[in-house]
Amino acid sequence: MNAPTKNATRTAVSANGLRKVYGDKLVLDGVDLSIGEGEVLALLGPNGAGKTTTVKILSTLIPADAGTASVMGHDVHREPGAVRVQIGVTGQFSAVDNLLTGEENLLLMGRLLHLPPAERRSRAAGLLERFDLLDAAKQLPATYSGGMMRRLDIAMTLMGRPRLIFLDEPTTGLDPRSRHIMWQLIRDLVAEGTSILLTTQYLQEADQLADRITVLDRGRVVADGTPDELKRRIPGAHIRLRFAGVASLDEAARALPEGARDDGELVLRVPNEGGIRSLRDVLARLGDGAEVEDLSIHTPDLDDVFFALTGHPTNPKEQDR
Amino acid sequence: MTTLALATQDSITMLGRELKHTLRYPLILIASIVSPIVMLLLFVYILGGPIGAGLGGAGRGGQYVDFLVPGILMMTVAAGCSTTAINVCTDMTSGIVDRFRTMAVSRGALLTGHVVGNVLRTLVTTAIVTGLALVVGFRPDASVTDWLAVAGIVAAFSFALAWIAAAIGLGAKTVAGANSASLPIQFLLPFLSSAFVPAASMPVGLRWFTENQPFTPVVDTLRALLTGAPVGNTGYVALAWCAAIALAGYLWARAAFRRAIR
Repeated sequence: MNAPTKNATRTAVSANGLRKVYGDKLVLDGVDLSIGEGEVLALLGPNGAGKTTTVKILSTLIPADAGTASVMGHDVHREPGAVRVQIGVTGQFSAVDNLLTGEENLLLMGRLLHLPPAERRSRAAGLLERFDLLDAAKQLPATYSGGMMRRLDIAMTLMGRPRLIFLDEPTTGLDPRSRHIMWQLIRDLVAEGTSILLTTQYLQEADQLADRITVLDRGRVVADGTPDELKRRIPGAHIRLRFAGVASLDEAARALPEGARDDGELVLRVPNEGGIRSLRDVLARLGDGAEVEDLSIHTPDLDDVFFALTGHPTNPKEQDR
Repeated sequence: MTTLALATQDSITMLGRELKHTLRYPLILIASIVSPIVMLLLFVYILGGPIGAGLGGAGRGGQYVDFLVPGILMMTVAAGCSTTAINVCTDMTSGIVDRFRTMAVSRGALLTGHVVGNVLRTLVTTAIVTGLALVVGFRPDASVTDWLAVAGIVAAFSFALAWIAAAIGLGAKTVAGANSASLPIQFLLPFLSSAFVPAASMPVGLRWFTENQPFTPVVDTLRALLTGAPVGNTGYVALAWCAAIALAGYLWARAAFRRAIR
């Protein structure tokens, strides 16, 4: 059922002109996106960009006000039942039954999926092992860590062997170790041929996992392409040097002519693609003459993407929904 | 499988989930019988003497406890409503409902599970309260058929009230809100019925309300069945009320569910 497929001609998701208004707030303003079968699409954007709303429409939870969407060949509005049997959804907030143990949660999913009893048990056991939850299987989710909770959530989603999985900010709030475990789990799913729509606020996460990235800003798609295509449009990593006075800045600018200076902030930004080696080189060329007050290493993040693509930073005032 | 068979299977799954919750946290079940038991003891040992003496013939010559217990049973049914309102609200305020809704699960299964779960829980709690009533001096005069009819009325009334409770739980924003919104069903309507004193003993306006509100025919039917008196038309009136409340509650809950998921 989950044989790897690289047949890019078949589409898992195709959405055209999705619009959604809540009250007087325009949340989605004509969103188009498509996911090929077996492909991972990252929907990248800050809070309030419309990522979760898009996921809710595509997973049949809410209707769009305008536009069309089909998932695995079925219209989400006209044939929600046909869509639901093929998808799995792991939302931003945990969707586990807190009064049932981890194992009971999985078995409940199996019942609701109408799996035969023997298959229910064997799939639950398999997923508990795969997601490293065997020791916690008989415990209530209240005793779980954030990472375990997220793993149980995804395991529940996988009870039905979905062909398309929606993962809404799967690593938000997780510690770095849990985040890397989650990334590996997602890569394993991809290797099995599952199509994935992943939403994230982290450029690095999209870069790590996605075949394609669609950047969403205030309900509109502002960019769409492979991670490499996108990164070419974003200013690269740099070392930011701040000086005590103009004299030091002048001296440093002479020593590092490739740097971009900002006289107002007394800052020099020197491109730094080579990591530590390049940092050492920059410091050696700078010498002892210029008095550096502050040094920071800057890697491109969501803010850089947004500044490059939209001309404005991610807007903290828009951080609802 | 047919749609109906799938709907039944999903409802049974949801009922199993609801019963598992109850068995895991029996404290909720116990909490819902505390207030009927307190009322029972209060009215039997403290207030019952003067009330019984005051009622005289209105108590149909029997002990006040025999008059009181059918009212306490009805109150036990009403008390179960808060559990359902709270459980439904807990589901709606957690992410689990969104998960169910992205699966090919029958629409009404979740609420059906809650409502049927309430009926089964209430049959258990009313049995416990009946047992305690026997200990404090309740002496029913009822045949096996009468007892079965009592169980039937209890089941029908709790089924009807559970749909109202489900609608309350769906409309409430918080669990605490769901609990307080169900208080009128738990206390106000039982007190303004013939549960504790006959309607005939009340002032005119109140008496009119009491005689025409649904809790009164239900408690009168239970009382007739348990004291060996003829039930008469009251039984049909009680059942008609149960059907009407169930239908209204079902429609309200369905509308509230649609509103809640938008």
